[in-house]
Amino acid sequence: MSPVPTAPAEQADQHPIEGAWRTVVRGVSLSPELRIGLPGTLVLALFATAGRAIVPVAIQQTLDNGITSDGVDVGLVAQVVLLAGLAVLLTALASGWMNYRLAAVVETALSNLRVRAFRHIHDLSMLHQAAQQRGSLVSRVTSDIDEISRFMQWGGLNLITATGQLTVATLVMFIYSWQLTLVVLATFIPFVFAARWFQRNLTRAYLVVRENIGRLLGVVAEAVVGAPVVRAYGVEERTQARLDAAIEDHRRSAVRAGTFSSLFSGTGEVFGAFAAAGALGAGIWLGIGGEVTPGTVVAFLFLITLFVDPVLIAAEVINEGQNAVAGWRRVLDVLDIPPDVADPGEDGEDLPDGPIGVEFEGVAFRYPRPGESAATASGPLVLEGLSLTIAPQTRVAVVGETGSGKTTFAKLLTRLMDPVEGEVRLADVPLHRVRFASLRRRVVMVPQDGALFDGSIADNVRMGRSDLSDEDLDLAFLELGLADWVDELPDHLDTRAGERGSGLSAGERQLVALARAYLANPDLLVLDEATSAVDPATEVRLQRALTGLTRGRTTISIAHRLSTAEAADEVLVFDQGELVQRGTHRQLVAQGGVYGALHASWVRGTSGEAAQTRTSVEQG
Amino acid sequence: MTVSTRPTPRDPASAGLLRRGAAVIGVALREAKGPFSLGIGGAIVYAGMTVAASIVLGWATDEVLYPLVEAGEIDASLLWLALAAIVGVALFKAAGVVGRRLGAYIAQFQLQALYRRRVTRRYLELPLSWHRRHPTGELLSNANADVESAFFVAAPLPMAIGATLLVVITAGLLVITDAFLAAIGFSVGPLLGFANWYYQRRMRYAATVAQQARADVAEVAHESFDGALVVKTMGREDEETARFRTTTEDLRDKMIVVGRLRAFFDPVIEALPNVGILLVLLVGAYRVRDGVLTPGDLVTFAYLFRLVALPIRVFGWLLGELPRAVVGWDRVKRVLSAEGRMEHGERATSGNGAAEVRSEGVAFYHPSSAREDLSGPAAAAEVLSEDHRRGIDAVSFDVPPGRTVALVGATGSGKSTIAALLVRLFDPDDGRIRLDGLDLRDLEREELSRNAVIVFQEAFLFDDTVRGNIALGGDFTDTEVEDAARLARAHGFISELSEGYDTMVGERGATLSGGQRQRIALARALIRRPRLLVLDDATSAVDPSVESEILRGLADADLPSTVVLVAYRQGSIALADEVLFLRDGEVAARGTHEELLESMPTYRDLVTAYERRDGTPAGEGQP
Repeated sequence: MSPVPTAPAEQADQHPIEGAWRTVVRGVSLSPELRIGLPGTLVLALFATAGRAIVPVAIQQTLDNGITSDGVDVGLVAQVVLLAGLAVLLTALASGWMNYRLAAVVETALSNLRVRAFRHIHDLSMLHQAAQQRGSLVSRVTSDIDEISRFMQWGGLNLITATGQLTVATLVMFIYSWQLTLVVLATFIPFVFAARWFQRNLTRAYLVVRENIGRLLGVVAEAVVGAPVVRAYGVEERTQARLDAAIEDHRRSAVRAGTFSSLFSGTGEVFGAFAAAGALGAGIWLGIGGEVTPGTVVAFLFLITLFVDPVLIAAEVINEGQNAVAGWRRVLDVLDIPPDVADPGEDGEDLPDGPIGVEFEGVAFRYPRPGESAATASGPLVLEGLSLTIAPQTRVAVVGETGSGKTTFAKLLTRLMDPVEGEVRLADVPLHRVRFASLRRRVVMVPQDGALFDGSIADNVRMGRSDLSDEDLDLAFLELGLADWVDELPDHLDTRAGERGSGLSAGERQLVALARAYLANPDLLVLDEATSAVDPATEVRLQRALTGLTRGRTTISIAHRLSTAEAADEVLVFDQGELVQRGTHRQLVAQGGVYGALHASWVRGTSGEAAQTRTSVEQG
Repeated sequence: MTVSTRPTPRDPASAGLLRRGAAVIGVALREAKGPFSLGIGGAIVYAGMTVAASIVLGWATDEVLYPLVEAGEIDASLLWLALAAIVGVALFKAAGVVGRRLGAYIAQFQLQALYRRRVTRRYLELPLSWHRRHPTGELLSNANADVESAFFVAAPLPMAIGATLLVVITAGLLVITDAFLAAIGFSVGPLLGFANWYYQRRMRYAATVAQQARADVAEVAHESFDGALVVKTMGREDEETARFRTTTEDLRDKMIVVGRLRAFFDPVIEALPNVGILLVLLVGAYRVRDGVLTPGDLVTFAYLFRLVALPIRVFGWLLGELPRAVVGWDRVKRVLSAEGRMEHGERATSGNGAAEVRSEGVAFYHPSSAREDLSGPAAAAEVLSEDHRRGIDAVSFDVPPGRTVALVGATGSGKSTIAALLVRLFDPDDGRIRLDGLDLRDLEREELSRNAVIVFQEAFLFDDTVRGNIALGGDFTDTEVEDAARLARAHGFISELSEGYDTMVGERGATLSGGQRQRIALARALIRRPRLLVLDDATSAVDPSVESEILRGLADADLPSTVVLVAYRQGSIALADEVLFLRDGEVAARGTHEELLESMPTYRDLVTAYERRDGTPAGEGQP
């Protein structure tokens, strides 16, 4: 499946929303790069915005001093225009330089933040990676940070210059005439209230639009991905009705947001006119009193236009800013989760050379409930008082129903999680003392779905060992009895696996995963068997490869099949979080109990009435 | 890193862009006449009032401000007249702004909705073979992003039309007042227009490139987090971080390019009008000295200039949007004009019980090129698709009413193809499928889906309740829903869900396991009591023991169904009355499971593979 745009993640905010300012402070302290050259950038911003007052001032100077009733002082006007032109040039330079610095600083800082968040997410234990949906983890390093970037480079910049413009315009007004300034400000007070009202409504309206877009995408995806079902069940009309409803909802909410936005600009125009009228009326009155010159009044009329835009911009941008801050907060929150399964690093030990045995001593585990960390987990115990020893180089099958604790057992064994009680030891070394580098080299887990990456099959196999030559790879596939399979592939080992391995069948993905594990050459192998049936031809290869892979290694298989359990040196039977039976397949069948029941159901399921036939075939 | 090719950013100045852009605009104007009338009307009022406002201000300066200040006395009526004029003009102008923007919004979203409906309607009409040729992501973005970008031009359109008017009026006014000064002032106009056009063009390209880099970042993150388990268990965190860093830094560099463009052009575009105004002031001062102009005229001039600057920028936006609009529109059109639609006949079946099914010399060949790109015919990438590499040829068989037949064969033997043909998801290239003697192509649309139902291996659930997913809008009672679920062995876990049958299953049924989804999909088929039930490996993710329970239950239930099932597990195959063994798209043998086991070694090897631990040839045996 191609990446589907993630639905708005706003609802993911569960904890009390901290202030926007606190988030920004936290964010900046985590990305100190943002502060690089900040004073310089701010000074440039000041220059850039100050430049906006140049033209009104030049007009005032020309009208008041250059063009008088005595005639026109062309020289003065030329001087004013020249100076103003110079100022315009400087302003442009300052503004350009500021833009450039900001872009470089912001993008560099955010790029580093992205990488840091990415690494942190990989360092979190499986617990967190599973607890949070994958899609939302992806948005932590993509859309959330994109949103910050967009805001800082566009909206935020607009907000800064708008604020600057407002300040500069006010300042210049005050210098010209404090009385007129007060008149203008007074007429703007109601506008500020109106702006706040509009801004609140805009924020709400845009939120609805985003939600509706998410829903629309979901429904379209259903119609596309589910096309065979829609066709086979003749539910086109129902599907179209759902589509139409989502499309219409989106249209309506978007027009609603547009209506607020349009009315708001209209309001801005009206208030601008009131301010101009106020300035003119008061200006004439003050002019007669000799307090201001007519040129000043004209300059005011121009300055007022500098006043309206920033308020309009601010109201629209604040909405964007809220999204950016919310995104930033989500990224910071992920970074705040401490990695609960930590690498002991320098202080740790390496696993001793040679075969690896496994020991569990009084191990218990419980999953955290939503919102809890692993340390404060209070879920029900899924594994309790587990003590066992597995001798090096044995092949062990772990069986049990869903929820019996067998998968948890595997995750504790590979230190994807740490037990809440007790200790796991590999080759007599406590697992939490083992350096990750050593652990990951000596212990390999093959997950159910194979988990391939886009790229060639060779790339996927090399993941374990990047130093391998093509010959090494060929040899490995040959040793695993997979050479014929590779030959059948259109481009052999260069065949692309496709997005998440989608170019291969489920069984073929497993073959690649097994080859990968084989080349990693571990001493302890943990296999999570796939539950779904695969194509029989692939199945044969799979079994052949497994035989080659497990030879001489300590192998622990989470088994879903009778055949795996039958072939193991020993079977561990889990039930409701406890190890209830242990022994060879034959012994356990004789014992009955939990294994007896599992065995009976397996026999029924895999061979049905044909069970006898199967036996006879094997003998033949 | 996906195989699908991305639209390469074309040179927006490429020939025909303006013509094709004009065509898109023409369509937009035609399809949203009402809103555009409002928008353009608003823009005209706005333009008129903007000019009026500058005239009023100029007049107020000359005839009110200066005279009254000089006279030292307030002429109340004159002053009120001036104030009323300013506010009055502003009110009209505001109305114009609201009309212009609102009209643009309504038009834009109305067009988007209209074309989204059309595109999705086509999705539902086009044959599945068409769907198979187009990746999901592409169709998704067609209904979303392509439609959006096609009509993005709607937003600046009224403004651009108003701006044209404004520029024309302004130019006229200025020329009448002082042609010389007007010429000086307008000399920056073309410069501004050009700078804008060039800026938008460069920016569009830079933004597209950045957008691609952004998609790459998302792709790597997606893939990496998806494979988090492998990354962790193989200790690949450093390598993955390095890989992510490479793509991220690429994005960073491209975003800095975007920033640099902005840094260069933004100030230029902002400064140009100011330069114009300063020029006007300078030259205007001479003209006032020469008595050609009054100070008021000069104010009007300066004011107008400020106002014309923005509309000229709108042209830049419009031109900048055009390439995107044209690309989006082309892609939308390609879907709307795609050929193909499944025609249905008018016949109805007469039978009530299980149907008789017959395949007569059916052949179906898969198209060689598996993928098409909406951007154009040039890009077609072949993607391997399990079981669809080969077709089937001259397949004939019949299934008597009420029988259960298993289709068995290796990957690529054509099982799924036959399953799909039996319910007419596709039409055979040769031969025909008959249901009760009637060619499927002669059956009415409703008759077809009422009679023949398929359940896929990939259980697709809608973002709806469990009940909604089973009923799919059909008229079924609660008891019927529950009975169907019981038969599919789904009632147990459904009852344990928080809201039972009213539990929302989430997008694609994300809250359920694969086996649970499959059982709900099965219940969806069973509730329809089809006369032909096709199960395409529909219980693969269900525990083997539960699977055989289900199949046994189906046999015992009083379903009026003939069943055709694609299965791998021997336990399931053994439950069928008969087995069709397929090899390379042909029926290689037919008989009961036992018979075939006896007589066909290839069949035996295939179906017993699942139970065997070691490959038979190796003969490793039990340790």
